[in-house]
Amino acid sequence: MLLCDEVQLLRKLPYFAEVDTCKLKLLAFASERVTFKAGQRLFTQGDAGDSAYFILSGSVEFLVSTPDGPVKVSERGPNSIVGDISLLCDGPRSSTVQAAGVVEALKINKDYLFRIMDDCPGMTMKMTRAIAERLRLTSSELDQVRALQKA
Amino acid sequence: MQKTLLRYIWTHTRPQQVFILLIVALSMIPYFLAFDLPKQIINGPIQGQGFEDLSTTQNFLDFSISIPFVDYTFGFDGFPLDRMQTLVALSSVFLLLVIINGAFKYYINTYKGRLGERLLRRIRFELVDRVLRFPPRHAKSLNGAEIASMIKDEVEPFGGFTGDAFVQPALLGGQALAALFFIILQNFWLGMVAAFMVAIQVIIIPKMRRRLIELGRQRQITARRLAGKVNEVVEGLGTIHAYDTSNFERADVASRLGEIYRIRYDLYQWKFLVKFLNNFLSQVTPFLFYLIGGYLTLRGTLDVGQLVAVINAYKDLPGPLKELIDWDQARQDVQVKYEQVFENFEVEDLINPAIHTLTPASTQQKLETLHAVSVSLNDDSGAKVVDHVTLKIDRGETVAMVDHTGRGAEAMAEAFGRLSWPSSGRICLGDQDIRELPESVTGRHISYVSTDSYFFHGSLKDNLLYGLKHAPVKRHEYEGKDMRQRLWEIREAKKAGNPHLDIRAGWVDYSYAALGNGAKEDLQKSLLAALDAVQLTDDVLELALHSTINPDEDPEFATRVVEMRRALRARMNELGMESLVIPFEPDGYNSQATVAENLLFGATLAPLTPDNELLSSEHFYTALNKVGLQRPFVEMGRTVARNLVEIFGGLPADHPFFRQVTTLSAEDISYYQSLLQRKNEPKPVNFRLSSADKAFIRLTLEYIEPRYRLGILTTELQNKIVGSRELFYTELPAHLRELIERYDPDKYVSVATLRENIVFGKLSNSNADGVVELRTLAGAVSRELGFANQLLKAGLDYDIGAGGRRLTPIQRRKLNLARALIRRSDYYVFNKPLPGLERHTQEEIVQNVLAFLGQQENDPAVIWVLSNISLSRLFDKVVMFDGGAILEEGSYETLEQESGTFKALVA
Repeated sequence: MLLCDEVQLLRKLPYFAEVDTCKLKLLAFASERVTFKAGQRLFTQGDAGDSAYFILSGSVEFLVSTPDGPVKVSERGPNSIVGDISLLCDGPRSSTVQAAGVVEALKINKDYLFRIMDDCPGMTMKMTRAIAERLRLTSSELDQVRALQKA
Repeated sequence: MQKTLLRYIWTHTRPQQVFILLIVALSMIPYFLAFDLPKQIINGPIQGQGFEDLSTTQNFLDFSISIPFVDYTFGFDGFPLDRMQTLVALSSVFLLLVIINGAFKYYINTYKGRLGERLLRRIRFELVDRVLRFPPRHAKSLNGAEIASMIKDEVEPFGGFTGDAFVQPALLGGQALAALFFIILQNFWLGMVAAFMVAIQVIIIPKMRRRLIELGRQRQITARRLAGKVNEVVEGLGTIHAYDTSNFERADVASRLGEIYRIRYDLYQWKFLVKFLNNFLSQVTPFLFYLIGGYLTLRGTLDVGQLVAVINAYKDLPGPLKELIDWDQARQDVQVKYEQVFENFEVEDLINPAIHTLTPASTQQKLETLHAVSVSLNDDSGAKVVDHVTLKIDRGETVAMVDHTGRGAEAMAEAFGRLSWPSSGRICLGDQDIRELPESVTGRHISYVSTDSYFFHGSLKDNLLYGLKHAPVKRHEYEGKDMRQRLWEIREAKKAGNPHLDIRAGWVDYSYAALGNGAKEDLQKSLLAALDAVQLTDDVLELALHSTINPDEDPEFATRVVEMRRALRARMNELGMESLVIPFEPDGYNSQATVAENLLFGATLAPLTPDNELLSSEHFYTALNKVGLQRPFVEMGRTVARNLVEIFGGLPADHPFFRQVTTLSAEDISYYQSLLQRKNEPKPVNFRLSSADKAFIRLTLEYIEPRYRLGILTTELQNKIVGSRELFYTELPAHLRELIERYDPDKYVSVATLRENIVFGKLSNSNADGVVELRTLAGAVSRELGFANQLLKAGLDYDIGAGGRRLTPIQRRKLNLARALIRRSDYYVFNKPLPGLERHTQEEIVQNVLAFLGQQENDPAVIWVLSNISLSRLFDKVVMFDGGAILEEGSYETLEQESGTFKALVA
């Protein structure tokens, strides 16, 4: 996959929808291409986060550790970004992410991402909106779960 | 040391001085004969005196000596020679005398020079010896650079002066007295006038020079302080930059230089004033002769002949006199320097030389206890930090010392380590005061480690084994020429009062290694175990992997590296992990390597920057053209440039992405931007490439497909690059070929690091955990091959720099501890040796060290001053100090139960 294809894919993310092509290209260029084999971990729950991964191909599983061992909570396919939350709020990783099959991803470094955000004022707003959307979805899911538990 | 330099010289060179004086006296004979000869030649054969007749002959070399009282006369009638023959004979004698005089001069000068150099060697050694014997308190207030400047520069003139110290005054004094005596013989009163003027010169000039000497002293001190200051600036460079005080330091240095300038200028003024006066006085004497002598002649009391004789005789007086005065100045000058140096090295309480006597094999007697009896210690300001403490440490005991308030535990440890001397009370090893025991006993029975550490310039290994070099234990065998050289060294050392211990002998005493019983393997075992105990092994391995070695120096090791390379590859294939590393293969394109690496298929000594010799050579581009890659590379470079300009063009010049995500800088980008905008570049004559095309080629050379992902490196082009490797290399002229070391899977690459040699390829990006997996795999393979130990050995050869500054502070602390662990002692005193280490690591190391020392057969005692009090549970006994006195003493459990203070501290 070439640099320009990566840029095309990045653009499909709501985060980057309105960012200059130049800047996206810069972000893609500054990011490293990594490959994971099935079962290899992108990151582990509790680790400090220093990068996010943009999945180019393959799919990844989200695992959360419970007293009975890790439990798979969700799965994400190509053209999605994982690990972005702990990037933005400096906390530890909230779950473990591992490759379901062969996964190709773009490793986006936290410092580089921040630099590019600094240069694009509009981007911060976009990201905030995207995250708020995620938060809305998550809380409505949580509410449903709670309602189910009570019922 | 003697109070004056003259006395010092006399004490050490008396027989030689007398000898050289006699030689000088002897040399006077041919010297004066040579004076008289020209007159004889001119008067005799040339002007014809005594050869009035053509056939006259004169006897040559005739003499007769009669010995008085015994009436015995002996003599020689000589050879009868005619005028011409006499001329030849006399001239030959003249030539002979010239040669003899020259030979005398040569001998005397060499002898004096040798005398001076030996004395210089003696005095320098004596000064260093004194430094080694300075008491600990004095040593703290020293400035190393100032001491070095004294020993190196300030004593230098002593050597030059030594040869002249006694010979010169004897000789010149004699000459001056003779001349004066001759004048007095001619005319008593005029002689008295001359004597009076001489007396004035001899009295006044040295008086005036006193100021010169004072200035000289000041100059010496300020110059020495400057040396100290420069040293401080160098050592404190980091601190200076950190606090932005460079201008303060500039001001300091400038003001010192100004002071030195003032002194030196003052010195010049005085020097030439004195010179002027001196010249004037010596010229006034003839003036007086003319005036007084002339007056007397006119009055008729003196005849003209006498006056001329006096004036002639006077000619010989000022020369020696001036030199004599110069000698006196030199004497005073070196005397002042000597006093200056002497003052600094004449310290009360110097360590008795007997304490430092060389003792090859220590009597390994069992010294049962280390005993502090009512010890009080003062710190440098004089405040009492330990107050009448009595403490007994038995063999095999592990004791933790902790401070509640004050620094009693630390001070006590320093006293055990003999770093400070008790102001009252004593510390005994067995039943003897450790200050009276020779260092060959205390220095080997007690190992002391503190926060301060000093490392000597050399390899890691040299420093680790430093504590085992007490005395030469294995003689170096000399043969033939080396043997003669060694004997000469011994002879000369003796003559200059230096010891003649052989630095080339084996000094490392294996029998003192911590483990085993004195075999060489035991030393290695101890060394590895000690490194493990302080968790330094990985660091050493890392140092080794980073280093480059010269395969010619150690071909065996290079072969082992290549073996390791093959074994690693084989293991990767076995485990199906061959995609971890993409190896360099002669007929394959390495997608993770740059285009340049693929084309050259080798490593270059210098990185491929635009001013690299290879890239700046026209031959390089011609060779590219020959293999048909020039055009494609220019085109490819243009595409890369276009993309890079697009990506980086809009960024401000100080953006961190420059240099970080690209090797290019903002200027480079704008340069390429301008190149791309230029149209229809005029072709340079004689088919050379334009500089723009060269710049594009440079971009191509750095291109790595998976990194750039521009999709421009087609398989076709890759094959072409691989196919042109050989031809391209042979097309390069020989001097450029030398810059490239080609890859060969079976050969060691000398310009690459050990790691690059082992991996011999590029890490593939197909596995995100590649680095970790490769490291684990390589670790396992190297242990199986026994290569890890060899690698460790290569790491031990790492040069740690002056004061160990090429190591990190943490590594230095660990090294400091390991250095003590390697040597077998009965008592180990650790005075907070691991500051700055993580709590967790600290605890592990303390445990490791206790376990390591516990397995030694000689059952050593450990005294450890802890900064982390909770670690005291690892020790048999805990001693808690409070305000310089022992507050509690007992086992950890007891203290924890009984002492509230201790409990509070541990919690």
